[in-house]
Amino acid sequence: MLGADGHILPDTGDPGFGVYLHWPFCAAKCPYCDFNSHVRHQPVDQPRFVAAFLKEMAAAREMTGPRTVTSIFIGGGTPSLMQPATVEAILNGVAQTWHLPAGIEITLEANPSSVEAERFRGYRAAGVNRVSMGVQALNDKDLKFLGRLHNVEEALTAIRLAREIFPRMSFDLIYARPGQTVEEWSRELVEAINLAVDHLSLYQLTIEEGTPFFGLHKAGKFTVPDGDQSAALYEATQEITARHGMPAYEVSNHAVPGAESRHNLTYWRYGDYAGIGPGAHGRISRGTQKIATATERNPEAWLSLVEARGHGMIDHELLGYEEQADELLLMGLRLREGVDLARWQALSGRDPDPKREQLLLDHGFIERLGNSRLRCTPSGMLILDSVVADLAC
Amino acid sequence: MSTDSTRIPLDHIRNFSIVAHIDHGKSTLADRLIQTCGGLEAREMSEQVLDNMDIEKERGITIKAQTVRLKYKANNGEDYILNLIDTPGHVDFTYEVSRSLSACEGSLLVVDASQGVEAQTLANVYQAIDNNHEIVTVLNKVDLPAAEPDRVKEQIEEVIGIDASEAVLISAKTGLGIPDVLEAIVHKLPAPKSEKGADAPLKALLVDSWYDTYLGVIVLVRILDGVLRKGMTIRMMGTDAKYGVERVGVITPKMVNVEELGPGEIGFITASIKEVADTRVGDTITEDKRPTDKALPGFKPAQPVVFCGLFPVDAADFEDLRAAMGKLRLNDASFSFEMESSAALGFGFRCGFLGLLHLEIIQERLEREFNLDLVATAPSVVYKIRMTDGTERELHNPADMPDVVKIDEIHEPWIKATIMTPDDYLGSILKLCQDRRGIQTDLSYVGARAMVSYELPLNEVVFDFYDRLKSISKGYASFDYNLADYREGDLVKLNILVNGDPVDALSILVHRSAADRRGRAMCEKLKELIPPHMFQIPIQAAIGGKVIARETVRALRKDVTAKCYGGDATRKRKLLEKQKEGKKRMRQFGKVEIPQEAFIAALKMEEN
Repeated sequence: MLGADGHILPDTGDPGFGVYLHWPFCAAKCPYCDFNSHVRHQPVDQPRFVAAFLKEMAAAREMTGPRTVTSIFIGGGTPSLMQPATVEAILNGVAQTWHLPAGIEITLEANPSSVEAERFRGYRAAGVNRVSMGVQALNDKDLKFLGRLHNVEEALTAIRLAREIFPRMSFDLIYARPGQTVEEWSRELVEAINLAVDHLSLYQLTIEEGTPFFGLHKAGKFTVPDGDQSAALYEATQEITARHGMPAYEVSNHAVPGAESRHNLTYWRYGDYAGIGPGAHGRISRGTQKIATATERNPEAWLSLVEARGHGMIDHELLGYEEQADELLLMGLRLREGVDLARWQALSGRDPDPKREQLLLDHGFIERLGNSRLRCTPSGMLILDSVVADLAC
Repeated sequence: MSTDSTRIPLDHIRNFSIVAHIDHGKSTLADRLIQTCGGLEAREMSEQVLDNMDIEKERGITIKAQTVRLKYKANNGEDYILNLIDTPGHVDFTYEVSRSLSACEGSLLVVDASQGVEAQTLANVYQAIDNNHEIVTVLNKVDLPAAEPDRVKEQIEEVIGIDASEAVLISAKTGLGIPDVLEAIVHKLPAPKSEKGADAPLKALLVDSWYDTYLGVIVLVRILDGVLRKGMTIRMMGTDAKYGVERVGVITPKMVNVEELGPGEIGFITASIKEVADTRVGDTITEDKRPTDKALPGFKPAQPVVFCGLFPVDAADFEDLRAAMGKLRLNDASFSFEMESSAALGFGFRCGFLGLLHLEIIQERLEREFNLDLVATAPSVVYKIRMTDGTERELHNPADMPDVVKIDEIHEPWIKATIMTPDDYLGSILKLCQDRRGIQTDLSYVGARAMVSYELPLNEVVFDFYDRLKSISKGYASFDYNLADYREGDLVKLNILVNGDPVDALSILVHRSAADRRGRAMCEKLKELIPPHMFQIPIQAAIGGKVIARETVRALRKDVTAKCYGGDATRKRKLLEKQKEGKKRMRQFGKVEIPQEAFIAALKMEEN
């Protein structure tokens, strides 16, 4: 579909069906993280959680009907705190619930600490074929600032091990750190590219409400790069990754063409996904309608719900056309490939406001591809949230 | 409603008003008088009974004159009827004060015993004196530690020139001295007079009228000669309209029916009058079949002096706004409105008000009582423009300014202002007045307080003058004014351009000497208020084709969520929905969208 841009996993029009599984526990909370993660000082009763995951999958199956799974993602939290047997039991559960073709992408998020790396072979044996590691920085000072439990040496060991064990591997870095210069970041990024196989997630540090960083930042304990500086860092990131053959295929995700995360593409192409586990979200199509699901966030409360009534779902919203159109646009424009406007028009029942669209075109923030595809240009990607708000009107 | 039918002899009636500066305790005193005379049971008393509207209670101001009839048994054993007309204290409502005063023979002058005479005290007491009122001076809040009754008495004699030696010392709050006030009303204020007596043809003054949801239009009357009875066919001499009187009554402040109202009495009637607009305040009411030979001189209707555009934030509320304005106008004939359309703000109304407070109150009532979200444009005064072809026209809206080459002269309204202030702030206040093109006409001292008189262009006053005065005097200066005359001024139309397009709602008429300052201030303010767009936006202030100030809103550098996966779709969608909602409140200027909030803030611009 994209032609000139390389051979990214083609958008066949079927965005697939992903299964997301959330393991909500962490050894420690990172000060920037606003994900659903919980620290428990008592050992977690993993078999009990496995049973609950299986039960909830059965409930999800009632909603989805028979489907062919195109990817599985075990996220968290810190899924690398799970016993390999736990992962195996859960993956077996997925296979018993839906049709699971051989060879599909099965990703597990892992922390690069030495203890967790020891379990990598077990995960591979359980069926995981891709790990995504939270490396976050390649210097100890910044790792400490980010509240990570590992050091650079451990990270390098874990990366080496993961490359050896898993067919596919990706890791995350957080940039736009306090005081970070374009030069410093460029050096670190090149180093990361050399360590990477074919995929990298590069996120700018965002100060989220409700995190320790939020309070510290507000109190002036540290500052983050301003708009100009973070734009410069972002642009450098685009340039360097492209030069090294790992261009961005999404705002913060870079891959050698063809090595994109199949699972995440399902989100951005606005496909269906089942969300299993505490605080997991799902999108399930029902004819022309879509159901948005969300489960209880607290792990123990979720467990009780599942055990009592078979699922931990606490939100179940039937999305109207306009809502679906909004989600399609805000997810799809994150992708380099853009969105299929015909699909958006079918949902929203209208064309984008011609005046707004023309203005965005005139300023070079968006471009049309072929008849009905619309995407952000690199400069438009920098102000994507404004572009989406304009087009969604 | 009960019935009360005793005819009261004239010499047992007293009709009086209370005049005071805002916050000096006028409404509290009125409450106390009502309570003491048993007009209401204790359980029926709410604070400031006569201030009915929420806004009146909240702000501690009286907007609409209110009346109450009290029964008082004096120390001499006689029963008296005391009619109190509570008047608004603010300059905007001077017309209400003057017509209320004309229905009475005396006034209580209430002065705060610690603060002393203030600007509005002066304005109101002079009106009472102009109406030949006897005046009883009342010093309120004498229980406060800061009270200095002797000093304030001296001040009253010095500044106002009336004898204050027998001033009644009270605390309306604690009730101290209230019996003395009642005795002073009976013994010091004159009884009403009737030139021709009860047997003469009916002659009554239409004091006020308002709309009541249950009773329709209620007319407040003061009888001069003759008797007004239920069932009588009356004629309004000004409008020549005839009505059958359905109900005659008095307000205690409950509405109590009576058989008739005789000379000297104040009461109300209802007569199947459809709209308040059908009644003309100051009109003479007489009996149709036996009319009086001579009508009262009447009042000049109140003229709006300040205009502004009021627009619904949500265009869909336009019809609701029209209906709401219609309803408010039922009770406030001094407020005018006509449809206006603005490129910046869509459809709305150009409204006329008696002053800035009146404007604020109407806007607040529209927003509060009718649940409307409104944008108001910068207040403008009424300019008189003489065209080169010799014709003259009035200009209420800078947007309607004719082509400058066709204009010969522009005249603007001037006011005479009185400001009273503690000495400490005098310097800054004089500077403020000078900056606003003021001409000082008088400056005198009463103790440590200065009283300064200025002639000022009203155009400079409607632009944040009062806010500035309050802020530089820390709230201690008081201000009052009356309209003086029209004078020629070197006035120019200042346009504000956003991304090259003029924003009609922001154009103003200013004196040439102030154009730079106002233009720069507006550009700077807008620069702060307009959020960064995807591209940079020039903001300019211009007179004709000449740009006199310029600012630039920088382009947005980065606005993208770093992380967005399956679990974030809902949260991001809700955010997007809010953004879309916000965009509905934005106004399109060529390629630029300006949030409504920016207009509101720019229009409420205050200089620091």
